[in-house]
Amino acid sequence: MTESVAIAERLSASSKQCLGVRGLSKFFGDFAANRDVTLSIDAGEIHALLGENGAGKSTLVKMIYGILKPDAGSMELLASAYSPNNPGDAKSAGVGMVFQHFAVFDALTVLENIALGLEGRFPDKALATEILEVCERYRLHVELDQRIHDLGAGERQRVEIIRVLMQDPRLLILDEPTSVLTPQETEQLFTTLDRLSDEGRSIIYISHKLDEVRVLCDRATLMRAGQVVDVVDPRQESTRSLGEKMIGERLSETKRTQTIDAQTNAVRFSVRVGDVYPESTRNVVLTDVYLSVAPGSILGISGVSGNGQDTLFDVLTGELTLPTPDSIILNDAPVAHLDVEQRRHKGLLGAPENRLDHAAIPELTLWENVILTARHTRGILKNNHLISGKSAKAFAEEVVTTFDVRTPSVNAKASSLSGGNLQKFLIGRELLGNPKVFIVSNPTWGVDAKAQLFIHQMLLKLADQGASIILISQDIDELLSVTDRICVICHGRLSRTFSTEEMTPELLGALMLGQEIDS
Amino acid sequence: MIMIEARAVIRWYHEWIAVFIALLLTAVTVSVLLSSLGLDPISSLQRIFIRPLNSVYGVSELLAKATPLITIGVALALGFRAGIWNIGAEGQLVMGGLCGGAVALAFWNIDGFWVMPLILLGGTLGGLAWGAIPAFLKVRFNANEILVSLMLTYVAILLLSVMVHGPLRDPTGFNFPESRLFHDDATLPKLFPAGRGHLGFVFALIFAVLGTWVVKRWHLGFEMRVTGLSTTAAKFAGYNRDRTVWMALLIGGGMSGFAGVVEVTGNIGQLVPNISPSYGFTAIIVAFLARLHPLAVIPAGLLVALSYLAGEAAQLSLGIPAASTQVFQGLLLFFLLGASLLVNYRIRFWRVA
Repeated sequence: MTESVAIAERLSASSKQCLGVRGLSKFFGDFAANRDVTLSIDAGEIHALLGENGAGKSTLVKMIYGILKPDAGSMELLASAYSPNNPGDAKSAGVGMVFQHFAVFDALTVLENIALGLEGRFPDKALATEILEVCERYRLHVELDQRIHDLGAGERQRVEIIRVLMQDPRLLILDEPTSVLTPQETEQLFTTLDRLSDEGRSIIYISHKLDEVRVLCDRATLMRAGQVVDVVDPRQESTRSLGEKMIGERLSETKRTQTIDAQTNAVRFSVRVGDVYPESTRNVVLTDVYLSVAPGSILGISGVSGNGQDTLFDVLTGELTLPTPDSIILNDAPVAHLDVEQRRHKGLLGAPENRLDHAAIPELTLWENVILTARHTRGILKNNHLISGKSAKAFAEEVVTTFDVRTPSVNAKASSLSGGNLQKFLIGRELLGNPKVFIVSNPTWGVDAKAQLFIHQMLLKLADQGASIILISQDIDELLSVTDRICVICHGRLSRTFSTEEMTPELLGALMLGQEIDS
Repeated sequence: MIMIEARAVIRWYHEWIAVFIALLLTAVTVSVLLSSLGLDPISSLQRIFIRPLNSVYGVSELLAKATPLITIGVALALGFRAGIWNIGAEGQLVMGGLCGGAVALAFWNIDGFWVMPLILLGGTLGGLAWGAIPAFLKVRFNANEILVSLMLTYVAILLLSVMVHGPLRDPTGFNFPESRLFHDDATLPKLFPAGRGHLGFVFALIFAVLGTWVVKRWHLGFEMRVTGLSTTAAKFAGYNRDRTVWMALLIGGGMSGFAGVVEVTGNIGQLVPNISPSYGFTAIIVAFLARLHPLAVIPAGLLVALSYLAGEAAQLSLGIPAASTQVFQGLLLFFLLGASLLVNYRIRFWRVA
């Protein structure tokens, strides 16, 4: 390893532009994940990529890192043409990437993991000395002979960063690097990144956290629906203006026609919980969740994915029970201590986001999947332990005809149905049970437009029949068109609830980015 | 380039074609092995696989061998469907034999119709207890049931050895490591005038039918299957994983224990240091040969029982070591697993340009 000064000189000797992207497009079928994206990153610049889920940020960096091949457009790295065929090409050209989910081996030591990432290197003394030099220079502290499984998330990330830095990159891509870090670790990371930038290395920084972007980044590129909508100096922008640019103008397909009662202050279902620690450390901890839903009303919960929606769904449906019974009240009765099945008996039904492997079992037939949640209705279960295949099939037939599910028969396996048809079946399965409270998560994820409309109509009809619905969704159009009220979840914390009419895109954007809004 | 890709359409009979192909390939490979030893493959196959079945004695012996294989195979099929890998059926069988045998010896020379049921109950409880250990450790500490149940097998075998060398040794047996012979009321009746086939086989058939009913109609069977397929979906459905772990291992332990006590009271007639030629392990092959369908365990158990007889016949009439039994069984399992992979996947050859 050469001295840092030498690196800085070499890098600044090259042209001022580090990466140029011109007219890059990527299509998946008819869907344009990236359309005509143009981007320029200077040497030594820390450049933020901002946008909603599905805005095309990941697709863009995957093309830069050689994981995806662009369908059109060109790239230039350090004043020469650049078109990587795979991550190996990208690495040798000087591009390094730190992923959101760490690609390290738990059972190996830090040194062994770093050696694995470097072609032709072995975990020997010489390598250890080099690593320690790098650590010293960027103030990254790790113990080389510790095993990865003994390390926390911040330390694991440091191992990844060191591994990338050992390749002496000119451009470093970080995908939501602070999502797993504590505030102190975040601060340390920023010191390292500043140092890298001082040496003339460029950084692409993907984040949803606006505060960080404003502290750290020189420029920000805003993406929406696969296109670049603006390039701004984040220090000059307000949260609201950025939020608006990120979310954009919204068109709604079907405004909610019948808005239910401000006149009766009836509450069917209310939740008031303090801290909830999920079973898996991967899920977000919930703090101070307060919400309530009236009969006949739809409450939307918006938010960037991974902000605690999974834990919230589990808490609401009873997959995660709480020791304090009255933190969830259903029809004036405490239910927080009841499990899924007990809550189902009280009329609280749900439809999880993950259709296969959570809501249904792909290897089983449709009628067998009915037994999962509807077994206590229509005599499907006799004497509490004998299954009546006939009743289950009749139930499945009814779902299929009532909700227009396209399937050859109820003997078809769940995996053989298209996303939209399976979702219609799974929501229909719950609706036939006449839910009083219905919790549904991302019901139209990966569903075609026609089925989407149908599912929205199913939900609206259910609300008109007097049910209380909680719709957890990342689809802002869906939330604005279907719900009566909206709140936003960010870092496991729920915002105040707004009526859908008073909700604006910029407000929603600001809330999704974790901004506190006082009314 | 060779690629393995998932098949789009799989029909129910594909699995059975795979079983048939596996049997065929086993026969072919055994023929090749035999001819490499300088034997005529056709007549040798006939001598080791067909001739043992030519007499009442032979069939009776076949049923005797198939009894523990079917009893345990049904239990394992239920457990494996739930994704609980009880590899220690052999140990649970040994504990069943030991506990049932101990009850038989405690009531030695006491007559009564109630003696036999008590012995069977004792054996079942012994196996049940041995299955409960991995279940408890898995539920409480998430310990891997494969390792725990497997290691407990060796504990059980050593425990049996200690008991027949010590407390349970025949006081008039010249210090041989064997118990007294069980008296008549502590012995299961034979089915035929010749051979060792006994009433236990009838129990095994009843278990297979009962097992099928559990799988097809009982909610418990459905619950276990769902838990085996997806723990997240099972949780959403309100199924308790711990319950499935307990049920799978208790059914496995109890039925293996039952197979053990039936083996000592029906077949051996006393406790000896070695009561099972690895029936508990071989039953794993039986369960998979039956594609985890309890009713199909009956033909699968009979077939594998034949491999034991074939090994003995090979030793007697061809002078091949008795270890050939394991060769037959190993080949069968190998081809079976290979063929069942090809049910779900196809191999495609690509020409690299």
